[in-house]
Amino acid sequence: MTGYVVRRLVYMVPVFLLISLFVFFMVRLVPGDPAIIILGQQATPENVERLRQKLHLDAPIWVQYATFLGNMLRGDLGDSLRQQRPVMHILTERLPATLFLVAYSGILSVLISAPLATFAALRRGTWVDQAVRIYVVLALAMPAYWIGMMLLQFFAVKNHIFPVAGYGEGFFGHLESLFLPALSLALAVSSILIRSLRNSIIETMSADYVRTARAKGLGGRSVFTWHVLRNSAMATATILAVNLAFMVGGTVIVESIFAIPGIGSLIVRAIFDRDYPIIQGVTLAVGIMVLFINLATDLSYAVLDPRIKY
Amino acid sequence: MASEATLTAVSPTLSVAATRQSSDRKRTMRRVLNPLLISGSIIILLLILFVVIYPMLSPYNPRDPDFLQPTFAPSSWAHPLGTDNFGRDTLTRLAYGGRTDIMIGFAATFVTLVVGTVLGLMAGYYGGWFDNILMRLVDFFLTMPYLVLVIAIVAILGTGVWNIVYAIWIVGWVAYARIVRAETMVASRLEYVEAARVVGMGEFRIMLRHILPNVISAAIVFAMADIVLNVLVTSSLSFLGLGEQPPNPEWGLMVAEARDFFLRDWRLMTYPGIAVLILGAGFGLLGDGLAQALRPKS
Repeated sequence: MTGYVVRRLVYMVPVFLLISLFVFFMVRLVPGDPAIIILGQQATPENVERLRQKLHLDAPIWVQYATFLGNMLRGDLGDSLRQQRPVMHILTERLPATLFLVAYSGILSVLISAPLATFAALRRGTWVDQAVRIYVVLALAMPAYWIGMMLLQFFAVKNHIFPVAGYGEGFFGHLESLFLPALSLALAVSSILIRSLRNSIIETMSADYVRTARAKGLGGRSVFTWHVLRNSAMATATILAVNLAFMVGGTVIVESIFAIPGIGSLIVRAIFDRDYPIIQGVTLAVGIMVLFINLATDLSYAVLDPRIKY
Repeated sequence: MASEATLTAVSPTLSVAATRQSSDRKRTMRRVLNPLLISGSIIILLLILFVVIYPMLSPYNPRDPDFLQPTFAPSSWAHPLGTDNFGRDTLTRLAYGGRTDIMIGFAATFVTLVVGTVLGLMAGYYGGWFDNILMRLVDFFLTMPYLVLVIAIVAILGTGVWNIVYAIWIVGWVAYARIVRAETMVASRLEYVEAARVVGMGEFRIMLRHILPNVISAAIVFAMADIVLNVLVTSSLSFLGLGEQPPNPEWGLMVAEARDFFLRDWRLMTYPGIAVLILGAGFGLLGDGLAQALRPKS
């Protein structure tokens, strides 16, 4: 197990380096002097010169990258152009909201998808299955910004059932404030989830051990709970984990709609402000977040599924 | 006389073979021309016809405020879907906006399909260091959320619809490369590919004539879902203000512009969303239908 964890961590290194390379080159691909791009057009020559020294902009590109990597590993991502304080502080302030939102919508999406997929699989070929199939086709094309806007306007602006904006106070405040945004994300991802889960349940039901369970005389319900559902839960976890990255991307949209102080709304704002250190910081944070989500998924298999050995 | 006798003697088997063949063909036809494929194609064709032809028929300007028309007009013969806050005809704006979205969808997807397929084919066929490097790149691009990558690149290139397309070109080929690479690795071990190699065919010809036809269907089926994804990305960015700019019409932008008027007129926000839904449903059905049609006979 320890060996597996170490190997899995080592495997993350090249992807992490590519993420850092991408973030490094972002500023250098914008035409102009990177120091001026980072500090803005109004920067004083002294400040520009100081940053040039700090980033070793006169040295060869690989030295610049090494400097960048070193600063990054020490947690120094530069200062925000607009807020005039370290990017790292802003990120740690804003990450909790985004993490809460992603976890919340992950749970909601399972609550929506699992029953629908189960019904569709058990009543295969009936009108239930057809109705779910139509939902799947439509939900795949449902833009998150549209669902989000419609939910916001209907449930918050028109009917005051949920708060219009913000993150709320305390755990239950978060639950209430983030319900509509989490629901928009969950609906957007439910299509993929339902489709894969339905197929996985159908596949499990025709597996040998399910047939054996039936043959030894177990009732339909007990076969389903003990044999089909348990195995499909694994499949659900996998599919959810694969789509968590998609949800992290979706936070950019719903956070902007619902004015949630997370990193998604931060990057959109930063693009309008040409605040490149923030754009770099968010891109990096998102990449690292997804890397760790993937790591957690792989490790949880090793714990949850006794069939997997490392 | 003799020939007639032979004919009658042979005809039973012949006709059985003929019926079997025709029923085989019928089954193939039914598989290829399945209802999913047909309904999907019809939806997409109608949508394309609408965005191409309707702007030519409509007397209204999709961009400039029209002070001669009522604002927030209800549906009528003059304005089938009513007008917006500037008195602009909603159906006309939907048609012009659809032009942008559909054109962007095709432009973005076609290039990534071709580039990704070529790279995946080469990686799967040659393997080695090229494959290794390409797959690390693929890992990276698949780790990052698509939307965040596109937004980060748009941050470099600047806002605008075509910059979104370029951003999609940079990141979108990855999924195709991975699909085609996996299929190529299977296909290049098939016996007839081996045979072609033994006969002394060039590698280029083997890839193009013998492997590509086997692997392209998976890529094309994926492309149908990818067009929807790319239209969603484009309209999402326009919604956020990073894509198409006012007064130009675009579906995502129209949703964003309708936000201040929802209580006054909810239809302004509803129609563009439904337009995206129709587009998505069309390509969704088309993709499922193609998957069924292209699946090898079982």
